[in-house]
Amino acid sequence: MKKLLLFLLLSSFLLLITACNFGDETSSEQDGDDGATETENDSSEEEGTSDESSGEKVINLVEESDIPTLDSSHAHDGIGFTVLNNVKEGLYRGDENHTPQLAMAEDHQVSEDGTVHTFTIRDAQWSNGDPVTAHDFEFAWKRTFEEVGHYNVMFETASVLNATDIINGDKSPDELGVEATDDKTLVVTLENANALFKQLLTFPTFLPQNQSYVEEMGEDYGTEAENVLYNGPFVLDSWSHDQEWTYKKNPDYWDASAVNLDQINVNVVKETSTAVNLWETEEVDRIELSSSYVDQYTDAEEFEVIELPDIVFMRFNHNLEQFQNANVRKAIDMAIDKEGLTNTILNDGSLPLNGLVPLNFSNSPDNHEDFREINGQFNEGTVEDAQALWEEGLSEIGSDGFNVALTVSDDENHQKAAEYIKNQLETNLDGLTVEINTVPFSARLEQEKAVDYEMVISTWGPDYSDPMTFIDMWVTDGPANRMDFSNEEYDELVQQARVETDAAARYELLLQAEQILMDEMHIAPLYQGAYSMLTRTFVKDVVHHPAAPEWDYKWADVE
Amino acid sequence: MLRYILQRSGYMIVTLFIIVTITFFLMQLLPGTPFSNPDKLSERQLELMEEKYGLDKPVPVQYITYIGNLLQGDLGLSFQYEGRTVGSMIGERIGPSALIGGQAVVIGLLLGVVLGVISALKHNSFLDYGSVFIAVLGMSIPSFVFAALLQYYIGVRLEWLPAALWKDYSHSFLPSIALSVLVIATVARFIRTEMLEVLGQDYVNTARAKGIGEVVVILKHVLRNALIPVVTVLGPLAVSIMTGTLVVEKIFAVPGLGEQFTLSILVNDYSVIMGITLFYSALFIFIVFVVDILYGVLDPRIRITGGKNDG
Repeated sequence: MKKLLLFLLLSSFLLLITACNFGDETSSEQDGDDGATETENDSSEEEGTSDESSGEKVINLVEESDIPTLDSSHAHDGIGFTVLNNVKEGLYRGDENHTPQLAMAEDHQVSEDGTVHTFTIRDAQWSNGDPVTAHDFEFAWKRTFEEVGHYNVMFETASVLNATDIINGDKSPDELGVEATDDKTLVVTLENANALFKQLLTFPTFLPQNQSYVEEMGEDYGTEAENVLYNGPFVLDSWSHDQEWTYKKNPDYWDASAVNLDQINVNVVKETSTAVNLWETEEVDRIELSSSYVDQYTDAEEFEVIELPDIVFMRFNHNLEQFQNANVRKAIDMAIDKEGLTNTILNDGSLPLNGLVPLNFSNSPDNHEDFREINGQFNEGTVEDAQALWEEGLSEIGSDGFNVALTVSDDENHQKAAEYIKNQLETNLDGLTVEINTVPFSARLEQEKAVDYEMVISTWGPDYSDPMTFIDMWVTDGPANRMDFSNEEYDELVQQARVETDAAARYELLLQAEQILMDEMHIAPLYQGAYSMLTRTFVKDVVHHPAAPEWDYKWADVE
Repeated sequence: MLRYILQRSGYMIVTLFIIVTITFFLMQLLPGTPFSNPDKLSERQLELMEEKYGLDKPVPVQYITYIGNLLQGDLGLSFQYEGRTVGSMIGERIGPSALIGGQAVVIGLLLGVVLGVISALKHNSFLDYGSVFIAVLGMSIPSFVFAALLQYYIGVRLEWLPAALWKDYSHSFLPSIALSVLVIATVARFIRTEMLEVLGQDYVNTARAKGIGEVVVILKHVLRNALIPVVTVLGPLAVSIMTGTLVVEKIFAVPGLGEQFTLSILVNDYSVIMGITLFYSALFIFIVFVVDILYGVLDPRIRITGGKNDG
């Protein structure tokens, strides 16, 4: 009996070890060992890392969570978009300056009124050998509506014919304005000329899918590395869920000569402290730091800050009497020392924000000047200025002060910011008391959408590289408005900008719209985020785009 | 005995059913939607998605559908990881959790018994105070502190073992050691207390009076009886450790179940919450059952069935 028990215990233990996915590891490790072992250090015997002498160029990265799906119709997060962008390719790909360049399309003709776009698909093939055809695009785009993908709204943003009607249920996905007239020709019809169209085509929702393959895979499509076809610079060689995935150079990629890396290993690491330790043991070549590590590494030559176009700001509930008063809003915005917030409290490279559109996000089409610099900083002033505005505002609404509830989600940085704002406002503005109301992220979102808050610390990241992604948030009853702000002139400007095809005139409209919103501080911008990163000096030319897809490794290299 | 097992199995199924039902309805109280990136979803888009996944139906209807699928062994699809079945997610991630947890329990049990026995035999000596001190430390310092210390000193500074990630068997050592501390402390404390009590019993004196060697007395008479309360706490403790621990898994980047469970609650991944809750409860109930049976093996005085007719 005892022997039997012992035997059972031992065998279940062995079973356990074999069930631990170590097997997947050994296979990819062997791949690595074939020619890739790090020469720079002696600590990485067990990991296959980069080695220039053997000719294989390998880099090791970390991501903080797993890939949710490889199905481009369903992809909905930064990590998924980055992976898809590197293993697949659409009609256009953003280059190192974030400008869309022809990719799967080798030619793009536009009709005179700007509504009919004819693409010629280049000779390229899927990783199973099938040619990439115009039908793959038509199929994938329509499928996104059938599958109710997260981002089918991008087709509406791109003004693709009937996209709005399909979302509203008035038309069927089959009536989308896209048609493959033959294997090589794709005709896309727009409702109206759209200045954003080319830019949007770099977004992963517009990627092609091979119909017969997708149908053969059924529900399994996109759930494993083996269940997707690739046509991008890399293929996904292995993917152990929540553990790691490996890119390998795609030898059949049409522009394979431009691709320098042979392999990219990505490990899922959720804790910054763990990533730092892996950096120290030289197992990974690039990590993101949290603010507590910034001071420690700020002088390292591998340290760099990448400003992000993700903005953090406060919404005012425009239904409340006190927040209908411009002076009150301006006083609240001005009374906060935003530099103190970013430099002392957050200390992660974040920049103070005094406008809607962040810095380093968009340049004007004619003289390439930054949007933020053209429109300048709004509502800057001293504490005394803020107090004067506050007194004026209070007398206008006939009040001698009030209490305000500040809703904030349970994000660490946002909570720090909320404490700081409470302190600043209560110190600087007489008669204002702030009560912080911390809720889970999803609850914050529900309260925002129901406009059931007084002030709320909100966030927004761009969907594409154009100021419109921030500007059109504030149209009357827009889905991202969430504060019952309504201004006819603003709505009018946004509408004009949507159909304006002259780039310079369109930019001017966007600048004007921002001025309307910010002259009276309908929101109180706080800061734009940043990555504080450590990257090994031998890693070159990794491209970071301001909007999804975030990272492009096509041109990356190891020196 | 057979009747007892059948009866208990019946109770176990009823308990599970109640847990599933309560969890299902409690889960509906979570704010938000199971769809990722809800910040970017318009009302219309949310409606469309809810319709597609059947979330627009009344909760009781959803419940009946869920139970129906469950009875056919279908745990549903994850919302976060589109297209992946909950069954395969649990299957993939229980392995690493069970391995590091299982090793932690084994290490913890062995060292804990040794510490406890030494402590009890050398009562009120320095050895005793030493092991009590270790036990108190182990109970009061959370395992993530040990995890961080182990990772930094053993993984980064000394480079004796891999600091993190999940590549080969050696990657399971540090997480197991970090987790074992709590088990060591718990076991040592129980063994010490129980042994001190047992050592004073008449039958121990009798055994010694019969001239049986001290080692045999300790092993056969003292330790065996002192183990009963340890088994009681160890069962549930082992389940909770082996089904995944959020912090240790996160620190060592182990793709385990504990991390997945916490994440699924944070993002309202309904089917995953249900699947893991069900899995966890089933295991827990089963272990409690096994512990009850083990009592009888360890101490023939305990008759689980109780009645005169059985046994």
